[in-house]
Amino acid sequence: MAQEKVNDLNLKDTELRLGLPGTEQVKEEQEVSCVRSNKRQLQSDNEEESTPPTKNQIVGWPPVRSYRKNNNNNGVSYVKVSMDGAPYLRKIDLKTYKNYPELLKALENMFKFTIGEYSEREGYKGSGVVPTYEDKDGDWMLVGDVPWDMFSSSCKRLRIMKGSDALALDSAL
Amino acid sequence: MNYFPDEVIEHVFNFVTSHKDRNSISLVCKSWFKIERYSRQNVFIGNCYSISPERLLGRFPCFKSLTLKGKPHFADFNLVPHGWGGFVQPWIEALARSRVGLEELRLKRMVVTDESLELLSRSFVNFKSLVLVSCEGFSTDGLASIASNCRYLQDLDLQENEIDDHRGQWLSCFPETSTTLVTLNFACLEGETNLVALERLVARSPNLRSLKLNRAVPLDALARLMVCAPQIVELGVGSYEDEQDSESCLKLQAAIKKCTSLRSLSGFLEAAPHCLSAFNPVCHNLTSLNLSYAAEIHGSHLIWLIEHCKKLQRLWILDSIGDKGLEVVASTCKELQELRVFPTDLHGGGNTAVTEDGLVAISAGCPKLHSILYFCQQMTNAALITVAKNCPNFIRFRLCILEPHKPDHVTSQPLDEGFGAIVQACKNLKRLSVSGLLTDQVFLYIGMFATRLEMLSIAFAGDTDKGMLYVLNGCKKMRKLEIRDSPFGDTALLADVNKYGAMRSLWMSSCEVTLGGCKRLAQKAPWLNVEIINENDNNRMEENGYEGRQKVDKLYLYRTVVGTRVDAPPFVWIL
Repeated sequence: MAQEKVNDLNLKDTELRLGLPGTEQVKEEQEVSCVRSNKRQLQSDNEEESTPPTKNQIVGWPPVRSYRKNNNNNGVSYVKVSMDGAPYLRKIDLKTYKNYPELLKALENMFKFTIGEYSEREGYKGSGVVPTYEDKDGDWMLVGDVPWDMFSSSCKRLRIMKGSDALALDSAL
Repeated sequence: MNYFPDEVIEHVFNFVTSHKDRNSISLVCKSWFKIERYSRQNVFIGNCYSISPERLLGRFPCFKSLTLKGKPHFADFNLVPHGWGGFVQPWIEALARSRVGLEELRLKRMVVTDESLELLSRSFVNFKSLVLVSCEGFSTDGLASIASNCRYLQDLDLQENEIDDHRGQWLSCFPETSTTLVTLNFACLEGETNLVALERLVARSPNLRSLKLNRAVPLDALARLMVCAPQIVELGVGSYEDEQDSESCLKLQAAIKKCTSLRSLSGFLEAAPHCLSAFNPVCHNLTSLNLSYAAEIHGSHLIWLIEHCKKLQRLWILDSIGDKGLEVVASTCKELQELRVFPTDLHGGGNTAVTEDGLVAISAGCPKLHSILYFCQQMTNAALITVAKNCPNFIRFRLCILEPHKPDHVTSQPLDEGFGAIVQACKNLKRLSVSGLLTDQVFLYIGMFATRLEMLSIAFAGDTDKGMLYVLNGCKKMRKLEIRDSPFGDTALLADVNKYGAMRSLWMSSCEVTLGGCKRLAQKAPWLNVEIINENDNNRMEENGYEGRQKVDKLYLYRTVVGTRVDAPPFVWIL
């Protein structure tokens, strides 16, 4: 499989896979994938000849009132975004993005910057811009390390570091 | 009783309040029928299409309170298309024309318009109480009419409605002279709230017992409101997004300390967990706690809160509480009567969900438990059998295993035996919802043992018509039967049509009933409205020469004394 690059992010490096490093095989049914789509696949039996509809597709199931469905967001969806040097903060709704590439592209557009290439080893290289976020425990983390779902439910706010702070981070890595 | 004058008999009847009992009284003799008729204050209509307002007024000319229900229950889950019906307008028009002194109107799953609310507010001088549950079709303009015109309004209770929020000033429409409010619940409004108008309203309402705020009322406003209303019994909290506002937290805590009558807490839509500590002083008195919208409150904060609520009778929670959290509930809340555990992750696969262990723990720890709604990922027969042994007092038992057709996760067997144990042990069971992998066997058990069952919800269950027949033949008290995605067909539907006369309604969707079967049913039972709901076809079924063998997607039938309704939309075909 050719190197996948979406929005300058090196997806392959962040994929979790079974198998020895260096092998190219990718298991389709892997539920956990850092930068793949948000949608989960049911791991139920695919042996049946007619695949039962996934939970996502059954109308009116589970039997939860639409009022409750609309109000029951998995964690706060709107988060503050600050960019070093910008005069004011912005707010974005994490729910409108399904994966890291979408989010980073939106941030790039919002703040007019270009982000470097992500790698698990070296973080974001090349542009002196590093996206970070504050998680539920209050720690500042690098965007992109954990699976999207985990990130979107634990992200409290975002901070785009740049300039000297970011360079220090780059060289430290 | 012939020796007593009518006024004395009527006085005695005033102590009889249950609808069932009053219905029985009116059957005793002609004279009792007449006295009861004129003295009936509260009327309950479970299906607004079973009778007309004119017939109602003819039967009970002097009632003060009316409860009306519209759409079938499965409308809650988007199974009933928009526009199906349940309009309250003709009712309000008819009541307004008559001279009935309406004081209370309670509506559930009905379509209410601003026009209806305006008419309501102008037509009944003594109108006191409006309760709307799961209704739609109106905006804050309608609320403004109610606020402006109902001079003696005591209750404005809006529960989970879809309200078009025009961000108007409906709260300011309560006149300065309005001081009679007892209940104000606008938690379901999405828009901004005029905080100044709200504070002034609360400050001049000394009888206010129940206040449920919406998202737009922040922490500091809540603190000020509580200072004005220390007599509050039920509180629904809005949002406190700003975690850093510790000063407001302290102010709130000081105000809450004075609310010694506070018994019920709800809301917390966007709550910073550490502000929960403001409610420390009142936890030990709480009897009702609804945290089912509080996705932010979990883990140790939640456990801490629950450990202090020893008098809790009603708990609504999210499954993020986990089995461990439920064990804390079981060991702390010995007075618990009703528990609802809602799913956080609607698509399944969450690892914080609850399992059968949590359910067993609750059943073992809470001897007074009689109502449960439990969403979970997995279940076993063994657990259900244990639950049945621990808790034979269930009146309502609703179990929803999120994945359809899921068997016992240990034995891979259907869950027939588990539910069988529940119905056998719980002799007072009135409401049951089943889920998971189920064969006809479970319905055999239900028909055999659930003799008092009034409402049964079935989804993705059963093998043959026998299943449905067991239920119809066995459960003599059945009132509402709702079935979806189960292989029951014409044989079961048509076996004994007279049964449906003793029931309020039957819903069957994505089952095996055919158009021909439904037509035969309608012929045999002209006192039923047999509705076929077919959104895709726009009621062209007959014109397109559909065969009798064509399967019907959605069938809704109900007994009625007024025949076919005239307000059905094109996609509803009444046979």
